[in-house]
Amino acid sequence: MLTYDFDMNPRPALAETWKVSADGKSITFNLRKGVKWHDGKDFTSADVQFSAMKVWKELHPRGRSTFAKLTAVDTPSPYVAIFRLSEPSPPLMSALTSYEGQILPRHLYEGTDLPQNPWNNKPVGTGPFMFKEWQKGNFIQLERNPAYWDKGKPYLDRLVFRVIPDASARAAAFETGEVLLGGFSPVPLNDVKRLQATGKFDVETRGYEYLAPMFLLEFNLANVHLKDKRVRQAIAHAIDRDVIVKTIWFGFGKPAVSAVPSVLTQFHDPSVKKFPFDPKRAEQLLDEAGFPRGAGGKRFKLVHDFLPYGNDYQRTAEYVKQALGKVGIDVEIRSQDTAAFLKRVYTDNDFEMTSNFFYALPDPTIGVQRIYWSKNIKKGVPFSNASGYSNPEMDRIIEDAQVEHDRKKRRDLINRMQQIAAEDLPVLDLFEVRFFTLASKRVQNHTISAEGVYGSFSSVWLKP
Amino acid sequence: MPRIVRFLAWRLLQAIPIIVGIAVFNFMLLQLAPGDAADVLAGEAGGATPEYMAELKARFGLDQPLPVQLGKYLWNVARLDLGYSFRHNMPVIDLILSRLPATLMLMVAAIALALGLGVLLGVTAARHVNRPLDTVISVCALLAYATPIFWIGLMMILLFSVQLGWLPSSGMRTIGAELTGGAYALDVTRHLVLPAAALSLFFMALYTRLMRASMLEVYSLDYVTTARAKGLTERKIAFKHVLRNALLPMVTMLGLQIGSMLGGSVLVETVFGWPGLGRLAFEAVFQRDNNLLLGVLLLSSLLVVVVNIAVDLLYARLDPRIEMS
Repeated sequence: MLTYDFDMNPRPALAETWKVSADGKSITFNLRKGVKWHDGKDFTSADVQFSAMKVWKELHPRGRSTFAKLTAVDTPSPYVAIFRLSEPSPPLMSALTSYEGQILPRHLYEGTDLPQNPWNNKPVGTGPFMFKEWQKGNFIQLERNPAYWDKGKPYLDRLVFRVIPDASARAAAFETGEVLLGGFSPVPLNDVKRLQATGKFDVETRGYEYLAPMFLLEFNLANVHLKDKRVRQAIAHAIDRDVIVKTIWFGFGKPAVSAVPSVLTQFHDPSVKKFPFDPKRAEQLLDEAGFPRGAGGKRFKLVHDFLPYGNDYQRTAEYVKQALGKVGIDVEIRSQDTAAFLKRVYTDNDFEMTSNFFYALPDPTIGVQRIYWSKNIKKGVPFSNASGYSNPEMDRIIEDAQVEHDRKKRRDLINRMQQIAAEDLPVLDLFEVRFFTLASKRVQNHTISAEGVYGSFSSVWLKP
Repeated sequence: MPRIVRFLAWRLLQAIPIIVGIAVFNFMLLQLAPGDAADVLAGEAGGATPEYMAELKARFGLDQPLPVQLGKYLWNVARLDLGYSFRHNMPVIDLILSRLPATLMLMVAAIALALGLGVLLGVTAARHVNRPLDTVISVCALLAYATPIFWIGLMMILLFSVQLGWLPSSGMRTIGAELTGGAYALDVTRHLVLPAAALSLFFMALYTRLMRASMLEVYSLDYVTTARAKGLTERKIAFKHVLRNALLPMVTMLGLQIGSMLGGSVLVETVFGWPGLGRLAFEAVFQRDNNLLLGVLLLSSLLVVVVNIAVDLLYARLDPRIEMS
C-alpha cells in the first residue's frame, strides 16, 4: 500500500492518498487506478479488504498484534478502502509495506487453503517485476512487467536472485561480476575493506531503517544473581560497546543509547540513563549487590547462550565472557543451533543470559514493546519477553502508546518507556546492527527508501 | 529360477526390514533435536503471536502425540508417500526429484574423475615403486587427502574464477541466458568443472593410495612371477594380470563411498552454490524440516542398499571364485 522514506514518513505506492479521521478510528485510502495484477485482472479495494482481514490478521506472524485494532475494511468503491478501527492505532500507518502488510490477489486466494495455495510458489503481484521461475536452492528469476502502473518503469529487463550459501563464495561472485547487488551484509565483514579498495563497489548502510535491528543481551530475571538490578547495571558498565562495534563488527554498528534505535528518528530518546564503560563502577555495584569476589577472584557463574547466526555472534559472546571475567563474573558460553536456541530461550525458559538481536521495526508498538510488555511473556513464542520482566508502570505506558492518537503525547509516552527500560535493564541494548548492502558501482538507485533491498527496484538502472 | 534372480529376490527381501528399521531410527533420532519447524519459521520472521505458533504446529502435525506422528509417517512410507515439506510448500518427493539430477551429475562426474585418475596414478606409482615418480605421486595424494575440501574449493574459485576468469564461481548454469542444445551442455559443464574437481580430489587421493597398495600386494603373488618367467612384458603383466585382481578392494571402497558422497558433497554444494540434495538435507536439519530430512535419509539408505547389492554382483563378475548364493 505504502512505502517509507528514510525518516519513516509514508509515501504513496498502491495507495495514492490517505486520510486519518479526527478520532483516529478510521483511515480512508484512495487507491491508484489502472493497476493490474500480473495475470491481467484489475487491482481493487476488494483485494485490500481480503488481504487485511484474511492474510494480515490471520496469517502474518505478527499480524494479529500489529493489526489488532483493525475490525473491518469497507469498500464503498473499487478504488476506496476504509480501515475501521476499534481504537486509534498509530503504528498501523507504519505497517503497510510489503514486509508487514502485503496485498495478495483475492481472485486467486479466496476460498482456498491459503498457506498451501499453489500460487505461493509462483506469486502474482502488482509490482514492477513478474515472477518467471524459481529453482529451489538455486535461483529465482523475475522479468519486467510491461503493464506496471508507473509508466516507463521499471528500467531493468530482468532480476535474478541467486542462492549462494557461503559468504566467501559470495565475495568471489561479486569480484567476478557474476553478482551485482547483495543485501543484509552479504560478504564476510573482514572482506569489505578489500572489496571497497578495488573501487568497484558501493557499501550502503541505509535501507534497513524499517527493520532497525538491535543487538542485545537478554537477562533471565528469575536467575538468583540477575534478578538484582545492580548486577544488570554492573554488566552494562563492564562491557565496552566500542570494542564490540569496532573490533568484532568492523564498524558495522553503532553503540546503543536507548531501547529504540536512533534510526527511528521520530521516537529515539537520547536523554536516557547511560552506562559508560567503567569496570570499577561495575565492581562496586557487584560488591553492593552482595556478590564479593570469592575463590580465584570469582563472584559467581553465568551461562551465556548466543544466537548462532555466524562467527560475529560467537565472537561477541567471547568478548562478553572476557569483559565480565575482568569484573569477576565467570561466564560459560554454550552453543547450539537456531532451533535449539529459540526453544531453550522462548519455550523452555532454560537460560541465564543470551546475546540476541531483535528487529525494532518501524514503530515501538510493533517492535520494541514485545520485549518489555508483561502481557508478552508467552511461552513458545520466539522473540517475546523472555526475561520475564513485569512492571505495571511500563505496561500502562505501553498500552497507552498503542492507542494514543496525539503525536506529541505519544512521543512522550515512548520517551518514558525508553527511560524506564534504561533504568530497569531487563535487557541490555549493546549496539544497533548496521546491515550493509554491497553493490557494484554500476547499480544505481538500489537504496531509495527505508525498505532498502526489500523495496520494489522499479527505479534501479545499470550504468554500462 | 536362474540363480541371479533368486539372489536378487532374497537380497531385496532382506532389505525391507532394514529400510523399516532405518526409517524408525531416523524418526526417533530427529525427535532428539530441540526446537521444531514452527520455532524456526517464527524466528526467521522476526516475531510471532501465540495464535500463529499454535496454528503452525497444528498445520505441521506437531501437536499430535509422538506415537501418532510415527505411525502416520510409517503408513505414508508404506504407501511410498514421503510426505509434505511445509517449509517449501511442496511434496517431499517433488523436492527431492528436482534436486536429484544436479546431485547425480556432480556425483558421477566426481566419481569418474576420482576413479579414473586414482587408478591411473595408483598403477603408475606401483610400477615405479620407491622411485621419484612414486614419491611425487604419494606426496601429492597425501596432500590432497589432508586438505579440507571447502578450502580447496574456495582456492579454486579464487584462482580459476576471480584471478584467471576462466570458469564461473558458482551456480549450475548461466541464468537468463536461454541456451539450448550444445551451448547449454557446454554451459553446465563449465559450471560443473570446479565442484566436480574439488569433490573428486579427496577420493582420488584415497583411490591412488589404495590402488598402489593393492597393486603391490598382487605383484608379490606367485602367478606374477610365473608371468614374468613366461617372458611377458611388464606393461602386459601390469594391465592384464595385476590390475584386474587389484581392482577388487577398489570396488568395495567405491560401494561404501557412493553413499557417503551424497553427504560429503554438502560442503562442495555450499561453496559452489550447487543446487544438490546434500545441501537440501543439510538445510533441512537446521530448519527442522523433518519430513524432508526423513525423505532424503530414506532415499540415501535405499541407495546404499542398492549399491551394496550391485557391488556383490560386480564381485562375482570380477572374481569367478566368488559365487552368488
